[in-house]
Amino acid sequence: MFHRESGIFKTTYSADMALYPLPIAKWTVAILALIFVVIVPLTVHEYYLSILNLIFIAVVGALGLNILVGYTGQISIGHAAFMSVGAYTAANLAVRLDLPFWITLPAGGLMAAAIGVVVGMPSLRIKGLYLAIATLAGQLIIEWTINHVPAISGGAQASIQVERPSLFGVSFNTQGHLYFFLLFFAVLAIVATLNLVRSRIGRAFVAVRDQDIAAEIIGIDIYRYKLLAFAISSFYAGVCGVLYTYYFGIANYEQFQLIVSIDYLAMIIIGGLGSVLGSILGAVFVTLLPIVIRILMENVGSLFFTTAEMANVISGLRLGVFGGLIIFFLIVEPEGLNRLWRNIRSYFRVWPFSY
Amino acid sequence: MSEDLEFAFSLLLNGASIGLMYALIALGFVLVYKATDAINFAQGEFVMLAGLIVAMLLSFVGMPLIVAVVVTLAVMVGFGFGLERVVLRPLLGRPVVAVIMATIGLAAILRGVGPVVFGSETRALTLPIGDEPIVLGPASLPPIQVVGAVVAITLFLAFSWFFKKSRMGVAMRAVADNQQVAQAMGINVERYFALAWAMAGVVSALGGIVWGSMLGVDVHLALVGLKVFPVVILGGLDSIGGALVGGLIIGIVESLAAGYLDPYVGGGTKDFAPYVLMILVLMIRPYGIFGKRKIERV
Repeated sequence: MFHRESGIFKTTYSADMALYPLPIAKWTVAILALIFVVIVPLTVHEYYLSILNLIFIAVVGALGLNILVGYTGQISIGHAAFMSVGAYTAANLAVRLDLPFWITLPAGGLMAAAIGVVVGMPSLRIKGLYLAIATLAGQLIIEWTINHVPAISGGAQASIQVERPSLFGVSFNTQGHLYFFLLFFAVLAIVATLNLVRSRIGRAFVAVRDQDIAAEIIGIDIYRYKLLAFAISSFYAGVCGVLYTYYFGIANYEQFQLIVSIDYLAMIIIGGLGSVLGSILGAVFVTLLPIVIRILMENVGSLFFTTAEMANVISGLRLGVFGGLIIFFLIVEPEGLNRLWRNIRSYFRVWPFSY
Repeated sequence: MSEDLEFAFSLLLNGASIGLMYALIALGFVLVYKATDAINFAQGEFVMLAGLIVAMLLSFVGMPLIVAVVVTLAVMVGFGFGLERVVLRPLLGRPVVAVIMATIGLAAILRGVGPVVFGSETRALTLPIGDEPIVLGPASLPPIQVVGAVVAITLFLAFSWFFKKSRMGVAMRAVADNQQVAQAMGINVERYFALAWAMAGVVSALGGIVWGSMLGVDVHLALVGLKVFPVVILGGLDSIGGALVGGLIIGIVESLAAGYLDPYVGGGTKDFAPYVLMILVLMIRPYGIFGKRKIERV
């Protein structure tokens, strides 16, 4: 990640696909692990831990969406709906059957995967624009269903209170506890994605993205892989929704509206389509942006707006800045922050003796 | 007529007039897609923007209605031109997903910044047409729906003439058919792209006025744009007549669903039925009733 060999010396495919490109990478990972597992939770204030927690959840969702959009090239504007499926599945299981998180979490993911396959079904026949519209319809129909079926949504407010998760009698009640809980799943998602994209399945995904008819001709069962991409991606989304539910202690459809789908699309476009590091960078960026905007507006904006207007102005500006950034990155740097990072790295590869 | 038939007739009439108003907005989408192959996910936000501008001109500046409408049309034409130049032109030749994302980003900008600039409260936009319902046999319609239907039909006729007879319209069809050949024939392709967006601006301005005076003007006006997709998918993405027929069908389906299903499921089928219909169309005939079937070659 931070280090680079002085040239390309790989002679076998297995070396090219290795999880650790260099032996030293193991040390980098060890140091990162030390920072995140020991140093950060001991030194960082509770408030900043809560922001980190939100980033961890966003990383899981962004990775899932990137598998679908970035690696397989199937656009989805209904990702937030898959999150809500996971969230409500887990909340219902946790409240009604009193199940622990290590059952509700995969259950939420699997349920979301099943629904995702159904929504992804049109991708067998249509793509691009039509698929975008079909997933948009999926989002609206799922939102509507959750809102109108009390058996799922738990009554008038369409929200279900959930206890915080607990393991071996320890309840993850504080942000510090939740930090470890969410860190675990974020790391799990990152490692799983890294391994997925360098596997046979990952290569098939990329082939489908680049030209699906050609992929079919060389013997890839594109229907199977498209549906698999939808299933895996929705599984991540479902898990992400369950994590949101446990984090906030409540499952509420308002956290999973169309606008959230757009937030996640913004993450992977700003971060970089088809890249694991890009998903992480995008999740960090998009989670921090509203916080930065809020702090800025509270200090500077109070000169122009009354406190009553402030909430509207902040949410409006947040949306506007997101939209602007999506367009900016699409036009100027389609490969996102990941590419910027690679550019910086290749600059320093030969620094200070660049010719 | 029996009571049941009267009920059905009034649902049909209401649905048809609302459907024509949907067609009005869908027209903006179809014009852009037909000429430039770009998908405008911000059509609803265009309508909202136009509504906001008219409402502001009427209430703050105090212009007479006709002047406000003309100014709004001019602003929206300028907006269409500018948008094509700044956002869409750099994306020419990029994958279709990039254009979709860009218009989603545009929608987010308009929806976020609109209320900050124009204020977030709901404004009334009153047209001088009274609110005495217009009675047609056993059914009655609010006058704004009649105005909307008339505007939609007028625009439909105007654009049909434009594409069939006028020089620019024919050139535009040539651009839509094959950009390279059109260019070789001496047609300035980029100018027609800009023109298509400007025309979408005009249609959205009229749509914004009609829908704004029916629903009131605020950020939720943009939600009308979500109804565009069932309409254009049903009618065919690149067919103007399709937008009209699709609009009528969606309007009627919505109205019938609300009339006959709502009592059983507790309301809200109006927002649900069009999308179910759309998914069915996508599965069976994705290019719609009048759309052009695309054959892909590797």
